[in-house]
Amino acid sequence: MNHSLLMALVILSPLIGFLINGFRYKRHSANVAGVIATIAIAISFVSSAILVTDLIAMPEESRRIAVKFFEWLVIDRLKIDAGFVVDQISAVMILIITGVGTLIHMYSIGYMHHDKGAAKYFAYLNLFIFNMLLLVLGDSLLVMFVGWEGVGLCSYLLIGFWFTDSEKAAAGMKAFITNRVGDAAFLLGMFLLFVTYGTLNFSELNALAPTVAESSWLGAVTLGTLFLFIGATGKSAQIPLYVWLPDAMAGPTPVSALIHAATMVTAGVYMIVRLNPLFIMAPNTMMVIAIIGAATVVFAATIGMTQWDIKKILAYSTVSQLGYMFLACGVGAFGAAMFHLMTHAFFKALMFLGSGSVIHAMHEEQDVRKMGGLKKYLPITHITFFLGWLAIIGMPPFAGFFSKDEILAYTFNSPMGSPILWAAGVLGATLTAFYMTRLMALTFWGKSRVSKDVHPHESPALMTIPLITLGVLSVIGGWIGVPHVLGEYLGHIPNVWEHWLHPLIKGIPGWQTLDHATEFALMGTSVGLALISAGIAYHFYVKAPDAPKKIAEKIKPIYNLVYNKYFVDEVYFGAIINPLVNLSRNIWYYIDVNFIDKMTYLAGDLARGMGSVIRSSQTGNVQQYAMYIGIGVVVALSFVIMR
Amino acid sequence: MNTDFINQIGLNHYLILAALLFTMGMAGVLLRRNVIVLLMSIELMLNSVNLTFVAFSKYLGLLDGHIIVFFVMTIAAAEAAVGLALAVTIFKRFREVNIRFFEHLKG
Repeated sequence: MNHSLLMALVILSPLIGFLINGFRYKRHSANVAGVIATIAIAISFVSSAILVTDLIAMPEESRRIAVKFFEWLVIDRLKIDAGFVVDQISAVMILIITGVGTLIHMYSIGYMHHDKGAAKYFAYLNLFIFNMLLLVLGDSLLVMFVGWEGVGLCSYLLIGFWFTDSEKAAAGMKAFITNRVGDAAFLLGMFLLFVTYGTLNFSELNALAPTVAESSWLGAVTLGTLFLFIGATGKSAQIPLYVWLPDAMAGPTPVSALIHAATMVTAGVYMIVRLNPLFIMAPNTMMVIAIIGAATVVFAATIGMTQWDIKKILAYSTVSQLGYMFLACGVGAFGAAMFHLMTHAFFKALMFLGSGSVIHAMHEEQDVRKMGGLKKYLPITHITFFLGWLAIIGMPPFAGFFSKDEILAYTFNSPMGSPILWAAGVLGATLTAFYMTRLMALTFWGKSRVSKDVHPHESPALMTIPLITLGVLSVIGGWIGVPHVLGEYLGHIPNVWEHWLHPLIKGIPGWQTLDHATEFALMGTSVGLALISAGIAYHFYVKAPDAPKKIAEKIKPIYNLVYNKYFVDEVYFGAIINPLVNLSRNIWYYIDVNFIDKMTYLAGDLARGMGSVIRSSQTGNVQQYAMYIGIGVVVALSFVIMR
Repeated sequence: MNTDFINQIGLNHYLILAALLFTMGMAGVLLRRNVIVLLMSIELMLNSVNLTFVAFSKYLGLLDGHIIVFFVMTIAAAEAAVGLALAVTIFKRFREVNIRFFEHLKG
């Protein structure tokens, strides 16, 4: 089929779904709205799949389907087309977005069954997919930015979907405003790149990237990429702008799975991979990205260990896993970052949907302290969640193992990485194994702490089918990127992933292949530590449920610090938000109310005062008027005569 | 009876008389409170003007002045009709014809 038609189908089908459900936003039936929305995304998925099949059929060196619909903006030197590109990177993204998107739409039909605003919900969800597709398919930074803002809007609308609860509405606003900070930097980065290279088109930018790495901190490439990275920290929830993501869990759970785990939050990683020839020439930016990524991995994982809300634990886990992707980008392992992005989309979407199933079964209970022993009641959810758990803690041969270990190997070996960053990554993996096992144990295993009047039940098939599909993907998803060492031992399994992305990914300057023994040792270390930590967590939360409390007592100050999320929100409030609000209030009071308003009042008073002086001459006394006429005549006449 | 003085009455005399009449009328308009008197004062002013016209007409030997006097008299009649109608209305409303009642017309 025609490529531009297919491209239009991919992009516009969710938009049409949005329009249909948007016009019937007052309808309550989740079935009708959900089926419309799911079909819209499914059409998009099928079209994407056809496009990607065509892409695979193309010869390797010219794999690229570019469609230009029209010229969007022509302002002097700035020429932006409404152009969309499917290449090796965006192909992966559209398959994830529409594929996982279809599953989550389907799941939502079951999850939102009792909600009054189902049509509105599905309309937002479709609009989100539309914007996300714009973001990944756009062939220039500006088209990407349109999608970038669009997904931010949809994220806001969906976090605050139950806006009658003011806390949830506030969480939506927090997400929106935090993202704004990043978006401002993103715009600056865009301006800088445009001023330097005179284009915003990705392929042109990548072709124009310098051939020699820029060593200064103030070079155009370094600053431009740094600003773009700050934009990415907002969208992808990295230090220092990660604070919105845990709060974003106020939205419906499928939204958390789709937007805040699988797709939108990975936009920052995608953007960096898109511009990898540019980023790799800015070693300073790369260093910042790697350090921020590694710090986020550990930081978020520690917070995740202390939370009690099932969705909050998963949220911090997402922040931490996104940190891995940035760590990979920072050491130049862009392929590994995309790989982890994909496997993470599978297993984290799975875990969120699983948690949604649990919350559904527990009648909106999210506190893991009131769960336990749910294995018996929710067998399918338990099995699928179990697969997700194995994937995220990096057990071979589950998906997370391959992607995470590739990142760790690159971090250790890349000239841009270092053993310290690797150690942070391994520490993160160890902590991940701990908090995820804790989550499993508190939710599904051990003794039941469910209150007597709640009777958990397995979710309907509409919700379990997506779970099973994602569970399977979490198991096999990593097999397309088997590392060379393992591949060789297991009978020459090729690393399909690396081969696929190779044409678009710049090699790391000064890269030397790792010898097999070291690579096995690295793998063994992280898997071994994860196993031990998972074992400890299992012991703590299943065998000796009192132990964690005692330990928490012993290290109370540290525990409280971590439990309260390092007081980051409080620090932001104290150091930035409150001073800013005070400043604004003072400016408002002293400049607006007391100066500008007073000036305008003064002008008004002046006119009114002058008017009141003259008004006294208008008494309504006819004779007085007649006298004025008389005086006027006399004055006029005397003027004529005297002259 | 010596009637010579009639021939000695010149334009200036007429003009002075007219000015005196006009001043009296104007004083009446400005100072009196009774609407009827006011209307009469206006008539006085108009007629003083008429007198001036006629005097000039005679002095210059032109007919224009006479013609304009007819116009003024017509308008004066119309004005008197409107003015008296107003006076009657005011009287009906307030049982008095004082000029100050016209202040009620102020918006």
